[in-house]
Amino acid sequence: MEIQKFVQNFAAQFEETDAEVFKSDTIFREIDEWSSLTALSIIAMVDEEYSVKLTGEDIRNSKLIEDIYQIVLSRID
Amino acid sequence: MSNPFSLLGKVILVTGASSGIGKRTAIECSKSGAQLIITGRNAERLSQTFEELEGQSHRQIVADVSVDAGLNELVSSLPKLDGIVHVAGISKPKPFAFLNRKELDEIMNTNFYGPTLLTNILIRKKLLNKNASIVFISSISGVSCSFLGGASYSASKGAINGIIKGMALELAAKQIRVNSILPGMIDTGIFDGSAISEQDLIEDRKRYPLGRYGKPEDIAYAVIYLLSDASSWITGSNLLIDGGFTLI
Repeated sequence: MEIQKFVQNFAAQFEETDAEVFKSDTIFREIDEWSSLTALSIIAMVDEEYSVKLTGEDIRNSKLIEDIYQIVLSRID
Repeated sequence: MSNPFSLLGKVILVTGASSGIGKRTAIECSKSGAQLIITGRNAERLSQTFEELEGQSHRQIVADVSVDAGLNELVSSLPKLDGIVHVAGISKPKPFAFLNRKELDEIMNTNFYGPTLLTNILIRKKLLNKNASIVFISSISGVSCSFLGGASYSASKGAINGIIKGMALELAAKQIRVNSILPGMIDTGIFDGSAISEQDLIEDRKRYPLGRYGKPEDIAYAVIYLLSDASSWITGSNLLIDGGFTLI
């Protein structure tokens, strides 16, 4: 799993925000468009693309996109 | 003088009795005099509920009512019933755009097909006594409102809302009543480890005019009412128990 592809998948859950905004060290909660629904979409995307179950707490305890990436990485079989 | 709210002498089946609303409902029904048959998927937790039941001659049967084999096995060991409480249910929050047939099948099997087909088989086998009462635990979601990631859950509860109307109409000829309860959020841990975080729940809790989430007993007491002879002219109804949530 590459972080670049993960960031792309992450960005794909947003409608309005420019793709260039998304980097591995982006503080995702500071993106204007971030909402509870985006959080649910990230969790669903990770389940669909990586077969990894994230919880709402995982998202809550993360700050950077990379933090979520690391959790996913640690749970991939 | 006899108490119209008593369940004395009634044989009641409670599904989903391993935890949450089902567990509390079973325990409160036993305190009201009912003879319980409790079922659930988790043997260990089901037996914990069983140990908390008051009185004698209760039974516990481990079964998964979301699959046909589980349904048939359960029904084959049941006596004639005076009431059924369908509590077994799941919720897997996921945005609508991410739903697929597998996800929908899973939630519909547990929340809709299971309770519907269980009732259907019991009717076919004439295992429901005259004056029996059937209670479905539905939800405000799918009837009055929904929540983010709750589309599939709402669909399953909306489907229950529909089928109880038809069932109530047809089963009235047998003097069998069918009703549902529409709970708001109840503290049962249904979202533990899910996409909904504890912080989301803390925020959501503040939206309830009565200032708290429901407790399992808030629902259990209403179930007792709907099972008892006190509600003998109530059928096809949805009893809203939501701490005022849908008023806003």
